[in-house]
Formats: sequence, C-alpha cells, structure tokens
Amino acid sequence: MPSASSLSRNKLVWPLAALACLLIFNFFFTPHFFHIEVKEGHLYGNLIDIIKNAGPIMLLAIGLTLVIATKGIDISVGSVVAISAGVVAIMLGGDLGGVPRHPLSVALVTAVLAATAAGAWNGILVSRIGLQPIIATLILFVAGRGIAMVLTNAMVIWLYVKPFAIFGQGYLFGLPFSIYMVVGLLLVTWLLTRRTAIGMFIESVGINPTAARFSGINAKNILLGVYVFSGFCAGLSGLVVCSTVMSADGNNAGNLYELDAILAVVLGGTSLNGGKFYLLGSMVGALIIQTLTTTIYAFNVAPEISQVVKAFVVYGVSLLQSERFRRRIAGVFVKRGAVA
Amino acid sequence: MTRKLLNSQSLSILVILCLFVLMFGYGSFAYTGFFSVQNFFNLFIDNAYLLILAVGMTFVIISGGIDLSVGSMLGLGTMLASSLVEKQHLNPLLVILIVVGFGTALGFFMGCLIQLFDLPPFIITLAGYYLARGLCYVVSIDTIGINNAFFQSAAHSQIKLIGNNFVSPSAVIAIVVVLAGAYILRFTRFGRTVYAIGGNEQSALLMGLPVGRTKIMIYSLSGFCAGLGGVVFTFYTLSGYALDGKGMELDAIASVVIGGTLLTGGAGSILGTVLGVLVYGTIQVLIVFQGTLNSWWTRIVIGFLVFLFCFLQRIFEARKSATAVRGVSQASAPTPPGAALQH
Repeated sequence: MPSASSLSRNKLVWPLAALACLLIFNFFFTPHFFHIEVKEGHLYGNLIDIIKNAGPIMLLAIGLTLVIATKGIDISVGSVVAISAGVVAIMLGGDLGGVPRHPLSVALVTAVLAATAAGAWNGILVSRIGLQPIIATLILFVAGRGIAMVLTNAMVIWLYVKPFAIFGQGYLFGLPFSIYMVVGLLLVTWLLTRRTAIGMFIESVGINPTAARFSGINAKNILLGVYVFSGFCAGLSGLVVCSTVMSADGNNAGNLYELDAILAVVLGGTSLNGGKFYLLGSMVGALIIQTLTTTIYAFNVAPEISQVVKAFVVYGVSLLQSERFRRRIAGVFVKRGAVA
Repeated sequence: MTRKLLNSQSLSILVILCLFVLMFGYGSFAYTGFFSVQNFFNLFIDNAYLLILAVGMTFVIISGGIDLSVGSMLGLGTMLASSLVEKQHLNPLLVILIVVGFGTALGFFMGCLIQLFDLPPFIITLAGYYLARGLCYVVSIDTIGINNAFFQSAAHSQIKLIGNNFVSPSAVIAIVVVLAGAYILRFTRFGRTVYAIGGNEQSALLMGLPVGRTKIMIYSLSGFCAGLGGVVFTFYTLSGYALDGKGMELDAIASVVIGGTLLTGGAGSILGTVLGVLVYGTIQVLIVFQGTLNSWWTRIVIGFLVFLFCFLQRIFEARKSATAVRGVSQASAPTPPGAALQH
C-alpha cells in the first residue's frame, strides 16, 4: 500500500517538525544540550536522558495508540503501572541483602500478568458490557491506585535486588536498556498490525463498529484485544518505573502518566475520533513531551510549572486538529487576500 | 416513553437512597457512637466542597460532556485565596470574588474552545487540568497557612440547628448551591436545554434551542462551582497547598454516576448527586470507624460502586432499546442494527 505509507509519512512530518523546533531552540539557548560523552562504559548526556526518561511513556503510548484507534481511551494505565510496580515489589520483597523472595523471572511475569488481567477487565467492560471506554477505565483509574496501595500496605517498598535494576537504570551497548524494550515492543506491534490484517480491523472498528461487524470483523474481540494489550504495555512500563527508583510507591508510581501518554498519541497524529493510527508518531510525541520537560528543567523553572506549558501545547494541537478552526483561519487569510 | 424514563430515573434514586440508608444503618448497629444527628450533619460539613463540585459536574454530565479540570481548579482556588489574603492582604470578600471569578473564567474559556471549535470536552478539560495545576505552582510551591480573621471565623463558627447539633458555614453554602442547582436544572429554560442537549444535540439544535450559548454556560457554571469549592476547601483546611484537590474530579464524577446520572447524557438529577456524595462520605466514615482497614479501601469501594451503577444503567438501557426494537419491528420496519455497540 504505497498510498497509505506515504500518508503516514506525511502525518509524521508535523510531530517531527515540532520535535526539530524544540531541538533547534535548545541548540541555541541551552548550553551543552547536544553534548554526549562516554562515562562508565555508556553514553551520557541530555539526549540520552530524554530517550531514557521517555521510555515508560513510550511503552504506554504503544498500547494507547491501538486503543485510541478504536475510538476508545484508557485512562487507567497510570494506575495499572502502579499495580505492576506493586506486584513486582511484593514478589521480590524488600530484603536488604538483595535476595529475591521469588525468582526474578517469576516476579516479572506475575507483574505483567497482573497488569494484563487489569487490561482484560477494562476490555470486558467495554466490549461485552458495552460501557463507554472513559467510564469503564475510570473504574480502574479510581480503584487501581487503591489496589496498589492495599497490595503494598500503603508503604513504599524499597528493592535491593541488583539484577532488577537493569530495566530502569541498566545500559546495553552504551544505550539505556529500556529503549531496547520500546523498540522491541514497537517492532512486534508494527509487524502484528501492519503485516497482518489486524491493524485494518482495528481502524475499521474505530471508524464504524457497525459496518465493521457487518463486514465480518469480530468487533468485540478486537476491542477486548486492544485493552488487554494496553494493560500488557502498562505492565512493562510499570517494571521500568519501579526499577528506575528501585521502589514501589503506590501513590506516585505512574501518577499522571495516562495524561502524558494520551498527549503523546494525540501529538503523534492519531485522532481521538478513532481510525487511522500512527505508532511511530506516538513515539515522536512521547519524545516531544520529554524534550519539553527537559528543556524546562534546563531553564531552572520548577518542574511542576511545565504543566502550564503542556496545557498550551494541548490547546494548540487540538486547535490544529479541529476542522472548524482550520476553516476559520483559512477564511481569515482569504479575506485578507481579497482586501489586498 | 417519558414515563418509562421517569420510572428508571426514580428507580435509580430509590436504589441509591436504599444503599445510603443501609450503609448508615449498618454503621449505627455495628459501631457505637456512629448514629447521631451530628454525624449526619458531619457528612455535609466534611464533604461540602465535593457537594459543590458535584453539582457543577451534574450539569456537565447531563449535557453529555465531562469536566476533568475541577479538582485542579479547586486546588488553584485554595492557592489563590490563601496567597491573596496572606501575602497581598486583600479584603477576604474581594478575594472570594476573585477566586470564583477566575474559576468561572477558566470554565468559560474551555466552554468556548469546546463549542466554537468543536473540540472534545475530554481533551480540552484535560488541558485545563494541567493548566490549573501548573498555575498552582506558579502562585507558590510552598503551603500557605491562613491567619486572616474572616477565614478563621468562617472555618470555626458553628451554626446551631436542632439541640446541640450544628453545621458549618461551608455546609450552608453547599446546601444553597444544591438548592439553586436543583431549581435551575428543573425549572429554568437553561436547565431544560441542558437535558435537551444531552438527549440529542442535533435535535436540540433543530428545535431552535440556544445550544452553543448553553454549552458555554454549562462549563462556566462548572468552573464557578470549582472556584467556590476551592473557597470552601480553604475554609476547611485554612491553608493553600498546590496538591489540594488531587483526583477530586474523579470523586465528583463518581458521585454523580453513583447518583444515577447517565454518562451518555440526557438524564440525571441533583438529588441523586447529593445522595451519591452522601454515600461516598458514609463509606469514608465507615472505614474510619472500622479502624483496621487502610483508607485506600475507600477508593476500591468507590470504584466498585461506579462499576455496579454503570452496569445497572447498561441493563436498563439494554432493556429499553430491546422494547424499542420490539415496538419498531411490530410496525414492520427493519430492526436497527448494532444497538449494543452504539453509544
């Protein structure tokens, strides 16, 4: 499909341009922004930090892209991150000597399974009971953080299991380990959605579920599938989040991540009205958000204030996506042209 | 048809009322000192801000929209109020006006974006969420305590009712907001238009109702309630803290949903919302009385209740559309396809 791929390339232009603008701004105004050196056997610098810190959001954004393509939304991913982090922390235990309570592999699989189960719950509510996605996932958004807190007994569990640190702090071939997880997941997702018909099924469900059903697509299972997948991604993201700080804090782990991840997907060109989706765009969107945050840090502004900037980015992007806005702007230019 | 809708509405209010009575009754039997008139009043005192937020949210949800910014706006309200009173030493009444005005203005701004450019309320109010929370930190990163005499007296004064029982001024404000909200929703042209928009925006437009103006007014009203909620929350805590009201938008949405307001819009009531908030408050008190349970169980129970009520709503809806389908097919018209997936 050459036309579809060229369209997707066109769609990628805008998020890439935004990212480029940010980087150019930093090139001129932030000293040492592009400086990269080798320290302790791995690369070190602002750009590497951006890639590393964007990891958890990128993982979430991959799952959310598919959910949003079905005209759905999953606001529970932040809470599911907290659940996944809580489960892995309990399974490993807070032994000071670094002896895990259960084998590392068992702990990892259990955490991701718990998150996937959370996704399946969302999927059943949306596809079988027919709740609106925002409400279905609101339930786990509210309860999920409670579950994570109850799991960890409302305490922050500190981990001392050395090998676990690789997910959030480790490096492989000089690059942060988490980026390999992102690339791996992205590749698998891309193959599954673009080299099989699943991607088209997802898009058709997002554009018109009734028509999709009549053309023989099992819309219910497609819906169930994307929410399960989103839970799975949140589980992986939870591992990275937990490993980065080597602790599970049910209250703060993954806090507000759902908003950043949704923003990343929207910045990447996938419309909240469902339909066409752009996995690579979502990745660029996540990088834009992280670059923005790093830029704001570099200017010594309180990190919390970055939310004001984010708000205006969201307003700007949604206005650009609004057909009515574009028509109005076009109208203004036409009028001006007529006067001149 | 209208009677059936009315029935399902009054049924959901009946269910929530029974739930409240059951919970309160259970607490009264299980724990000594739980049952008292004062404890009932305390529900209004301790949840005054939530009640105010939920009234605004009821309007938004009945119109088929959503407002995620109210929790942050409440936080911004406490920051503005405490900083203006303590650092700028402005007149407290003027401060309250400024805070409420700011909330209304933010709501108006978001309403305009949603209406004029046809943008999804979810995204625009999400950005409002970021904006208000970020502005909290612009005002101050530290907690600001309030020593102002007016705020102190508003926080500590008690209005005696029956016997030795009392309510706080905040509770009185909340009850006034509830009554005003119920009146506006039920008896004014604006209120009925809100229902019409939620039922079917296209039809409302074709009927010549002022859809655009009403939608902007709905979000302004929600912003107004969030600002006022901020003032009342400041009375409650006597301080401003940038994380005040974190997650409160979801408490408000949950209360509204538990109160029987349809998330698809078009049906709901302020009475249901009040009962929803009371159930929410009772769960919190029950968990405090129980003593051993972690307070985070509140969130799990609330999540479960939201699930339960949404599930019941779906069953009602399914039954209604099933009867509608039967009615249509009796008139030998084709059955509408995919009824389950359309919402």
